[in-house]
Amino acid sequence: MIRFVLIQNRAGKTRLAKWYMQFDDDEKQKLIEEVHAVVTVRDAKHTNFVEFRSFKIIYRRYAGLYFCICVDVADNNLAYLEAIHNFVEVLNEYFHNVCELDLVFNFYKVYTVVDEMFLAGEIRETSQTKVLKQLLLLQSLD
Amino acid sequence: MPAVSKGDGMRGLAVFISDIRNCKSKEAEVKRINKELANIRSKFKGDKALDGYSKKKYVCKLLFIFLLGHDIDFGHMEAVNLLSSNKYTEKQIGYLFISVLVNSNSDLIRLINNAIKNDLSSRNPTFMNLSLHCIANVGSREMAEAFAAEIPHILVAGDTMDSVKQSAALCLLRLNRTSPDLVPMGEWTSRVVHLLNDQHLGVVTAATSLIATLAQKNPDEFKTSVSLAVARLSRIVTSASTDLQDYTYYFVPAPWLSVKLLRLLQCYPPPEDAAIRGRLTECLETILNKAQEPPKSKKIQHSNSKNAVLFEAISLIIHHDSEPTLLVRACNQLGQFLQHRETNLRYLALESMCTLASSEFSHEAVKTHIETVINALKTERDVSVRQRAVDLLYAMCDRSNAQQIVAEMLNYLENADYSIREEIVLKVAILAEKYAVDYTWYVDTILNLIRIAGDYVSEEVWYRVIQIVINRDDVQGYAAKTVFEALQAPACHENLLKVGGYILGEFGNLIAGDPRSSPLIQFNLLHSKFHLCSVPTRALLLSTYIKFINLFPEIKPTIQDVLRSDSQMKNADVELQQRAVEYLRLSCIASTDILATVLEEMPPFPERESSILAKLKKKKGPGKLPDIEEIRKEKNANINGGTEPVNASTNAKASPPPSSDLLGLGGSSTQNAAPPASTGGSLLVDVFSENNSTTPPGSVRPRRGRELLQVCLQNLGRMYVFFGNKTSTQFLNFSSAVLNVHTKPADPTVEGGAQLQQILNIECVTDFMEAPVLNIQFRYGGTLQNIAVKLPITLNKFFQPTEMTSQDFFQRWKQLSTPQQEVQKIFKAKHSMDTEVTKAKIIGFGVALLDQVDPNPTNYVGAGVIHTKTTQVGCLLRLEPNTQAQMYRLTLRTSRDTVSQRLCELLSDQF
Repeated sequence: MIRFVLIQNRAGKTRLAKWYMQFDDDEKQKLIEEVHAVVTVRDAKHTNFVEFRSFKIIYRRYAGLYFCICVDVADNNLAYLEAIHNFVEVLNEYFHNVCELDLVFNFYKVYTVVDEMFLAGEIRETSQTKVLKQLLLLQSLD
Repeated sequence: MPAVSKGDGMRGLAVFISDIRNCKSKEAEVKRINKELANIRSKFKGDKALDGYSKKKYVCKLLFIFLLGHDIDFGHMEAVNLLSSNKYTEKQIGYLFISVLVNSNSDLIRLINNAIKNDLSSRNPTFMNLSLHCIANVGSREMAEAFAAEIPHILVAGDTMDSVKQSAALCLLRLNRTSPDLVPMGEWTSRVVHLLNDQHLGVVTAATSLIATLAQKNPDEFKTSVSLAVARLSRIVTSASTDLQDYTYYFVPAPWLSVKLLRLLQCYPPPEDAAIRGRLTECLETILNKAQEPPKSKKIQHSNSKNAVLFEAISLIIHHDSEPTLLVRACNQLGQFLQHRETNLRYLALESMCTLASSEFSHEAVKTHIETVINALKTERDVSVRQRAVDLLYAMCDRSNAQQIVAEMLNYLENADYSIREEIVLKVAILAEKYAVDYTWYVDTILNLIRIAGDYVSEEVWYRVIQIVINRDDVQGYAAKTVFEALQAPACHENLLKVGGYILGEFGNLIAGDPRSSPLIQFNLLHSKFHLCSVPTRALLLSTYIKFINLFPEIKPTIQDVLRSDSQMKNADVELQQRAVEYLRLSCIASTDILATVLEEMPPFPERESSILAKLKKKKGPGKLPDIEEIRKEKNANINGGTEPVNASTNAKASPPPSSDLLGLGGSSTQNAAPPASTGGSLLVDVFSENNSTTPPGSVRPRRGRELLQVCLQNLGRMYVFFGNKTSTQFLNFSSAVLNVHTKPADPTVEGGAQLQQILNIECVTDFMEAPVLNIQFRYGGTLQNIAVKLPITLNKFFQPTEMTSQDFFQRWKQLSTPQQEVQKIFKAKHSMDTEVTKAKIIGFGVALLDQVDPNPTNYVGAGVIHTKTTQVGCLLRLEPNTQAQMYRLTLRTSRDTVSQRLCELLSDQF
């Protein structure tokens, strides 16, 4: 299962943090810093997977943003790697060429996108068409 | 501004976020935030009722401030208010605030649950989803209590919208994870299984996650999911790439759902039904076939999602471990990936092959890739890939390739990353031992390990090499020669010195005939490094020296001079000092025969599982959440056990020291409170006051050696004896018995690291002199161990204190006037003559301390009755201190002469 999802920029600023298990605030901050330290030192020759405490991080870099998913060690790496990409494509469509600022100014909408695609630490919906349709429907509501 | 935010954006929020972003410093940011907080607070407190939009905007600002890392201590109520708005955007912000700032404020929980309840029953799918997402995100116990019963109904109801079913399934999954006791299985479970047939693949995706999780805990309940999952999988993998429309991702049909179905199937053994089994095999073959087809797209997304399914299929094949052809095909496929240009694929192939190597069907197939894997070790740039290569080499190692693999690992170790050195050391040590045909190779390998990565060689590793050398006499001479040579290096690792010191101490004689390694040269070589070592190593070397005195009488004076030197005899470290003193004394007074017996060659160690293996297993623990129990065990585990050579050497020789010494009495402070003076049955209180009321609770700990068994005694009405196995090996045939004491038989087996409790019910049959002896027998490895422990049970434990008046006392005193009945002792005070301490000691002895009985107030007078099975013995005592002379006179009068005698001995010892 997914333990948490983080979107961070190169400087380590968190653009999204979604937790699927209980951590206290200090622990969250520690995790955020550790993930940043682990992920940013890696280059293109490295894998997109890093062992992390008793879990692993699957991550992918898009321009200056790192999308990181922390999952159980036995989970399928490539499935989560593509889940990240699927999510990014949805964001891109939804925000029309998404950039970091979109995530900052619309942080509360990003949570909605996440909840449509991931829930309770599992993949909820994978069809981009269905997710976007639902998001547009919500968008039209007052 | 992004396109989507037009029209619905909250301008005030956007302005605020811009302001924050424009802040030049942390201080400016804090200032801006405080200004905003003050503004929001005044709005919330103001007289004017806020409209929904403003409330939403301010709550959203608060949320933003919180996400920046600042504490938020208000606004919860306003957020809860938003939940009951009938506008989606307001509700959404309310739920988001609640989900992010979970708060166990009980008043609010009730209100929140109320709002959720309304939304769940609203029949509005958007609102239902918002509330379900909130439950799934928070997952608190209170929510589980309120909704766990309701959600299954929503999930399986015929008229529930698909998107709500998806949310309900995962919401239930979350509640099952956080409060499984509140999510009982029921008639809904079979209907959930049928969701695998649902038209909507999103529903199937969510349901598969739920079923896979529930099936792990109750496989029987969800057994029917196997055939449905196989059917579904089959339809997906055989579909044309366009059939599934929305669910086709870069030409791969429903990759995530396929992965989930394959994982669900890994909860079960291969299907028994031949038709289902055949269909599954077809699916797996199709997936393997597709891997060989030319890609439908050059995009990485295409190959990644295709391979995600492939790797999961291989996991299932390995899990079933029953179809040799599939296993070999899987292995060949992974072999191709080993040389793929994608680092991700090489990594995953190495990882997956590791599990494949342990299957008997594919072990040989995996071995054919050895050269590629060794090459990966040398060329991969990512340390985690190299780590996987090490894992795989370890997994594929057998007798046929052990020498090659160990050599390559040693090679790699020279430049290996620090983070993985310890693990490689453990692996090399295990492989070298496991596949050693020739033990000289083993010895060379371990010494190489110490040379290359001495800092990473743990105790387990060097203990083990010593055990093996001791157990195999064909390698002892070679080992002695090799360590001697290795020690010639100007800078050698301390671990090498430990191994060298130990082996030369045991087998130095085997190479002493060579003038280049004569006894004196051996000694000088070791001693030249002595002063650079840590205390434990020096202690070990001192033991080597005494063994040298036995092996090489000709250098005895040289060694005695060393032991006698101030730096040894007066060493600040008590352990070193004690060893020097004892060894010197031993070498002076013991005859050659005694010395030869005491320092005889070590007997073979019992064969058992390597402690290194245990360590590696712990290191590579199961990849789940760290289990606190396990961590604790790990911390407590005492691994030195019988493998500690120094302890073991003294241990096997010296017969157990006298039991009084074993008990470690005569120590320092006590935690034993004085017993309650009045209770009649306080026969066993303060059992440790045998010699001295200031002895510690008896942790039976011999001075050195015998690190095998720990015996602790405690006293409560009964006596509880705790036997702790301090080694990592079982003690078999464990028994303990005391003469004339009723014991419940102890469990015959004491696991390594475990503690056993035995209860002794003790009754005094008649008065006695000697303390009862507890005989402990057990089999540790191959050898039968006998330990005799004197129990701290003395006659005074059976006292009942008796209060009486001065008149009564002297009347009885006169009645007990025959010479045999009175025993008197005059002795010098050994401790300070403090009144309160003396009183406590007398009470602690078990008698009543009688005030204002003796005409001289400085004297102490006591009375009590000793209860035995047959009689009662009345006892009177009088203690007269003389502070000037620092002397005491103790007089005891009892109705039985032996009792007077014994009590006088016992009590006089206390002062």
